[in-house]
Amino acid sequence: MAQGGTRAMTVLAVVTEFIDALRLIVEPREAQTGNVQVGGLGEFAYFTGQHLLVSGVALGVAVAVALPVGLYLGHRNKGEFVAVSVSNIGRSVPSLALLGLFIAFAGIGFGNVALVLCLIAVPPILTNAYVGVRQVDPDTVDAAKGMGMTGVEVMRKVELPLAAPLITSGLRLATVAVVATATIGPLADTLTLGRPIINNNVYGEAGPLAGAIAVAVITLLADQAVRIAGRAVTPKGLRLRSDQERESGPNVPSLKRGAQTA
Amino acid sequence: MIDLLAQVQTRQRTGESCVAEDGFCPDYIVANFSDRYLGPFLEHIVLTLVPVAIGFAVAFGLALLAHRRGWLVGPFDGMTGFFYTIPSIALFILLLPFTGRGLVTGIFALVLYTLYIFFRNFLTGLQNVPPETKDAARGVGLTERQLLWRVELPLAVPEILAGLRIATTTTVGLAALAVFAGAGGLGTVILRDTSFKSDVVTASALCIGLAVVLDLLILALQRAITPWRRAAHGR
Repeated sequence: MAQGGTRAMTVLAVVTEFIDALRLIVEPREAQTGNVQVGGLGEFAYFTGQHLLVSGVALGVAVAVALPVGLYLGHRNKGEFVAVSVSNIGRSVPSLALLGLFIAFAGIGFGNVALVLCLIAVPPILTNAYVGVRQVDPDTVDAAKGMGMTGVEVMRKVELPLAAPLITSGLRLATVAVVATATIGPLADTLTLGRPIINNNVYGEAGPLAGAIAVAVITLLADQAVRIAGRAVTPKGLRLRSDQERESGPNVPSLKRGAQTA
Repeated sequence: MIDLLAQVQTRQRTGESCVAEDGFCPDYIVANFSDRYLGPFLEHIVLTLVPVAIGFAVAFGLALLAHRRGWLVGPFDGMTGFFYTIPSIALFILLLPFTGRGLVTGIFALVLYTLYIFFRNFLTGLQNVPPETKDAARGVGLTERQLLWRVELPLAVPEILAGLRIATTTTVGLAALAVFAGAGGLGTVILRDTSFKSDVVTASALCIGLAVVLDLLILALQRAITPWRRAAHGR
């Protein structure tokens, strides 16, 4: 009986903490340090805007740089070493360490955070573009050439559509990693949704929890947005069934699909 | 006596000028290694090895179950994949109300991360065993249990170890964020003063070094226990 009572109390305490965190998102309250109002929908909307802005800039630059390189290397069938090493190195450098190094040596600011996030986004985009083009059946490419297509046409009309599902899953990996990592932006003075997490001395106990909830929701939404966009540009016949999609889903590398990275 | 004191003070001050400027100071790092960096580094090793070991064991069980009963693949995949998509910092914090700040929360979150990597690789390994091989094994009279332990699992070793490599390097990186769960590790060193170059560089180097060393160890293990693959490459 007594034990059941304690358990009920614990559950109640957990629920209360979550409700308190949600209330911090919705309505402002006085800061722990006093005198200022923090939290509330307005502030969280601003954080969300900054979060998405810095993530979007980083992803945009990463796509502009990594996608052409990956496609070109895959098309010319060379540079496997580069494509694979980039993804391996990318995985073993912790994002916090990367941002720390940037802050220590390059300083703080929006640009530096965007650059760090961009470096995190490049490996999965590059590697998946490379593998996507490489795994296109050589016979298909030969047939396309036989029909008189030039290299550019083969790329644009054959390889790119066939590689679309893998390119999309690379973009999803990059998006999840970038939006998740943007959380540590406030360390470099970029006020993302990580602000109430990192400045919990101002926001109090509810701060980290509120930030974490917001970040988790934003990340899952961003992942789904990229999935749907990728699906829209993938030719109908190549779209994965939902069960296959789950399999390539948040997608983890295995030996066979060795180049897809976490 | 006064002379001596004065001297000591001067020396300390010159030694600390690099530190006072937040610089990268090799002398300072070496002198303070055991005080400032060794503890978090050891914590980081624990935060890597323990979750990887637990995740390996749990995912192994899940994969065997799913391998035996095919309909479980979908649910297990969805469940482990869901945890994998939640941002790591968020997961560390979301667990706090349940398990409190500390090592347990850090390890628990990291285990949840490794599950998906291990599960997928175990399953891929088991599924890649050619049906003819299994038929042959049944033909010579192996029971299902013998088939699993003597044929399927040995043939799945390359995929299993590939999963181990990925899970280990990923966990080294994510463990740097376990500081948000109050679990210590090298993230503590980076976060305590992000503008102090000596701290940031040392912690980052230790992180990357740990990932590389563990990766090479698993690679060596892979070569040692799958001699047939080397023979195949040699041919």
